[in-house]
Amino acid sequence: MVGAKPVDTSMDCHYALIVKKDCATCRLIEPVARVLSQRFEDGLSIYVQDDPAFPAELANRIDDRELEFSFQHEIEVVPTLIRFKADRELERIYGWDKRQWQTFLDMPELGNGLPDFKPGCGSKTREPGMEELLAVRFGRAVNSARTVVIEDDEDIMEACYERGWTDGLPVVPPTPLRVTRMLTATDRPADQLLGRIPPDYAPCSVEKAAINAVMAGCKPEYFPLLLTTIEAALQEPFCMHGLLCTTYFSSPLVIVNGPIAKQIGMNSGINALGQGNRANATIGRSLQLVIQNVGGGRPGGIDRATLGTPGKYSFCFAEDESDLDWPSLAMDRGYQRADSVVSLFAGAGVQPVMDQQSRTPESLTRSLAASLRTVSHAKVFMQTDALLVLSPEHRRVYREAGWQKADVRDSLYEALRCSGDQLIRGADGIAEGIPAQFKDRLVDKFREDGLHITTAGGTAGLFSAIIPGWVASGEKGSQLVSRRMSAP
Amino acid sequence: MTTTLLDPTSELQPAIRQLNERLPSLAGATVGLLDISKPRGREFLDEVELQLTRLGASVRRYTKPTFTRVAPTELSQQISVECDAIIEGLAD
Repeated sequence: MVGAKPVDTSMDCHYALIVKKDCATCRLIEPVARVLSQRFEDGLSIYVQDDPAFPAELANRIDDRELEFSFQHEIEVVPTLIRFKADRELERIYGWDKRQWQTFLDMPELGNGLPDFKPGCGSKTREPGMEELLAVRFGRAVNSARTVVIEDDEDIMEACYERGWTDGLPVVPPTPLRVTRMLTATDRPADQLLGRIPPDYAPCSVEKAAINAVMAGCKPEYFPLLLTTIEAALQEPFCMHGLLCTTYFSSPLVIVNGPIAKQIGMNSGINALGQGNRANATIGRSLQLVIQNVGGGRPGGIDRATLGTPGKYSFCFAEDESDLDWPSLAMDRGYQRADSVVSLFAGAGVQPVMDQQSRTPESLTRSLAASLRTVSHAKVFMQTDALLVLSPEHRRVYREAGWQKADVRDSLYEALRCSGDQLIRGADGIAEGIPAQFKDRLVDKFREDGLHITTAGGTAGLFSAIIPGWVASGEKGSQLVSRRMSAP
Repeated sequence: MTTTLLDPTSELQPAIRQLNERLPSLAGATVGLLDISKPRGREFLDEVELQLTRLGASVRRYTKPTFTRVAPTELSQQISVECDAIIEGLAD
């Protein structure tokens, strides 16, 4: 901008005027452009962002529809007038302020007859999504991943399949532009290391996460949550390595608490554990793709699951936090309601519980316990964790009786406690069971931190869900882990 | 016009490692047996130990804390120092 210093309008200066025809201010100052063109001749270049025939009949127009000049010079508003000396920018003005232009150019008569003031319009470089497009077009994008060139006669979707990048479903092709847009959602550098992804323990950069997020179908606004999710999965107590390798069903389930869930439109209501919500579907899928593509964990390779579970495509939902007096899963883990927190659990599918008759908490607890007892096996205790997803209607049974969440948990432990002689191997004519040494003891179904309770689902339906954990739960296997989101 | 995609994989090139030279004989060799802590692993390895001992090997037994995680580096180093060969059951 013009300061108090003397104006340098010497003839060895060069000027660049950046305009677009679509801008009413640019059209307004067309006569000014003509005057400047006559005065400066070759000392003025007029860069036009949209119509190379504008301003009419001027020789020093330059077609900038590719926006290279506008991008390289970080033009925000049109018209902009820049003064250069020896190819170095001295100063610039933008919009139309008659007095300012007259002073800037030391031309007191300039624009007489025009209004005193008219603000400019946004430069085409500032249109939504344009910045990343131009960064890719002019080599300013920060991609450092290996590039794979797909020829014209090759189908891009098929090319992704053939390279083994998918989970069996189609992926969004990870073009540099899409990845650059994903990366704009975080302040973290693209080459920052998130950690090493098992089973190969391969380094995973923010950029690799972004590539896989693109493929999974994430919007950029989900990306900070995904980064936190990946970091949570790499926490030692989660045991991602063993979880990936196991013959059992389990796989990472992502549970989201706090304001971020609503901000990005996650589903905690009707069909929360099902399909249809983009954030739920793609965040869970991204994590799986990172483990597959970066970590090298592929079914039949290091992933030895006997049967697997549909949740290995994607398993992610948000908790229903509409009841502010009922602590969320994240609050059970020591976080606050205002924290955005992601929790990971080694989930092995969904086991439904129907109880349409219980109107007292005592009855409902016994009912839920009867189903919880069958997690992994009705005679196997203290081995497998579980996540109980209470539906709003089942939660209401407890709320109306004045029960707190801790009461529910304690009563479930009590209802599940069982005499060891019913559970030991061979008891009830079933070879499976707990070791004989527990014969004379009362045994808990779950270890002390092995039963987690959350709420989700539609407001109609006296159904809850049990998400059984991994048979290797606890310190020697996987434990539920949580991580709070920091700044994007 | 071609399309450029960015590689989602780790881009790792697996190192090619040469196999150790085969032991000329098990007689007098020290063979490690690593129990990965899966149920009934001990019984299985007891039998393997018996067979190896009959062939003249001396056997050392090791145990990983849990099958869910890779062996601690210290354990791998200990085995590499103490044994001429190691047999590890990877999974069931």
